Amino acid sequence: MIQPPASLSSSDRPSAAKLLLRIDQVKKTFNNDVTALSDVSLDIHAGEFVSLLGPSGCGKSTLLALIGGLGSPTEGTIDWQQSMYDAEGHPERAIGFVFQEPTLLPWRTVFENVYLPLKLAGVSRAAARDQVMDGLRQVGLSAFADAYPRQLSGGMKMRTSIARALIRKPQILLMDEPFAALDEITRTKLSLELLEVFAKTKLTVVFVTHSVYESVFLSNRIVVMTARPGRILADYPIDAPYPRDDEYRTSVQYNEYCRKVSGALKEALRSADTIDA
Amino acid sequence: MNLRQRLLIVLPPIAVGIMIVIAWELLCRAYEVPSYLFPAPSAVVRSLVENASDLLFALWMTVRVTLIALALSIVLGTLVAFIFVQSPIIERSFFPYAIILQVTPIVAVAPLIIILVKNTQVALIFCATIIAIFPIISNTTIGLRTIDRGHRNLFLINHASRWQSLCYLQIPSALPFFFAGLRVASGLSLIGAVVAEFVAGTGGRSAGLAFEILQAGYQLEIPRMFAALFLITMTGIALFLVVAGLTHLALATWHDSMIKRET
Ligand SMILES: Nc1ncnc2c1ncn2[C@@H]1O[C@H](COP(=O)(O)OP(=O)(O)OP(=O)(O)O)[C@@H](O)[C@H]1O
Ligand SMILES: [Mg+2]
Repeated sequence: MIQPPASLSSSDRPSAAKLLLRIDQVKKTFNNDVTALSDVSLDIHAGEFVSLLGPSGCGKSTLLALIGGLGSPTEGTIDWQQSMYDAEGHPERAIGFVFQEPTLLPWRTVFENVYLPLKLAGVSRAAARDQVMDGLRQVGLSAFADAYPRQLSGGMKMRTSIARALIRKPQILLMDEPFAALDEITRTKLSLELLEVFAKTKLTVVFVTHSVYESVFLSNRIVVMTARPGRILADYPIDAPYPRDDEYRTSVQYNEYCRKVSGALKEALRSADTIDA
Repeated sequence: MNLRQRLLIVLPPIAVGIMIVIAWELLCRAYEVPSYLFPAPSAVVRSLVENASDLLFALWMTVRVTLIALALSIVLGTLVAFIFVQSPIIERSFFPYAIILQVTPIVAVAPLIIILVKNTQVALIFCATIIAIFPIISNTTIGLRTIDRGHRNLFLINHASRWQSLCYLQIPSALPFFFAGLRVASGLSLIGAVVAEFVAGTGGRSAGLAFEILQAGYQLEIPRMFAALFLITMTGIALFLVVAGLTHLALATWHDSMIKRET
């Protein structure tokens, strides 16, 4: 078997992994002359759970939005290795996106909010009912199906948003600090459920977080970015087998990874200090 | 809200109203104010009853002009707003003229319109529409524009068609703005109808409440003037309540302006 050439960003990837997305020397400058990203190159393979870490304002959300197609890079390219649309022009790849804010439609109930992606894809409400209710059960919100977003707590809104992102069984899931607003217990529970979904479906996840521990627990690859303009500072594979449980959380290996990632993050923050000074 | 709380909201203004009417009546009687100067409430009510058929007919005429003008403003105003939102160049070209419509006092243009348009009814409707349409246009345009960036991204990610974005995102987002515009427009349409009628000053078979007021003024039938005034005010209040009810129906379940926070 021929080994794929080792890409710049990832060293010891399983050779079978199929390249899904190639981000090549991407730069993003906004109208107000803020350069959020400069020279970001990243290959994302099918089945990867990539965590993006970096100082606040370093361009993580911007990168995620570019991957989701919500804007185009100022320079460089983002290439999907498969076409976005099938022969008839229907969107082929469902992208699940959990935004940093819950972005629920206030005029729709929880049920309708989760149903929305299916509705936009032309699935009737009756046909979607069971699926939506399952999705709500998964995030523990089935009792709130008929509530309006204003009646939910911050964490419940976020859980609704996660259920919505998963409803179309996306091939790639982009998550922007999805658990930041949640309490410890819900966060742990949802993390485990996310890993379950990740294991069951052949999901690829790009996950923005500020928590080193969360990223080491969840992902099989961690990318650390520098302060603005964001560049890639470090790219670590996390080679611990799934399923992961509390045993992994207390293992030497886990702690070793946490130490390494924390170190890189500290370096990234130092670069922030020198820029601001 | 329970009954007690409801009563606490409704009763005080009603009590104040009753007291004012009683005081007015008593003062008029105590000082023997002649009713051609300032009629007591009883005189106004008597005039209302005596001239009921004339006044109600006039009321119907005014209400008809008002409602047609309001309906036209809603239909044309939202249509214009949709066109503006679809094409910025059209908006840039026409918006200044919409502003001109708004800033020119209706009393000043009404005579011209009444001369130009043969049919008085049509002229009145035209005047009332001109003044009522602006808040609908401007509010609905802003509403259709003011779309949360996160919501827009959500629709993009899910490959929503332009039509789907319009129906499921833009229109619901615009509703609170539209209703704020409608509230202003409903008041303006009545004002427009009455002002235009004053200017037109036409009697005959299509005379409205403003004509009743003019007529009563010439003949010094002051109680009748008050009665007509009373009917105009009632019409305004009824319009306001209907619009408030519609707004409630459309927004009550979700919009912040409609929700009484418990914390
Ligand atoms: N639409 C925009 N227009 C102008 N500047 C923007 C825009 N979006 C982001 N920026 C700027 O780009 C930089 C990166 O923003 P981004 O939201 O990607 O950071 P982030 O890494 O997600 O930060 P955080 O961890 O705080 O969420 C910031 O300095 C921000 O001010
Ligand atoms: Mg962010």
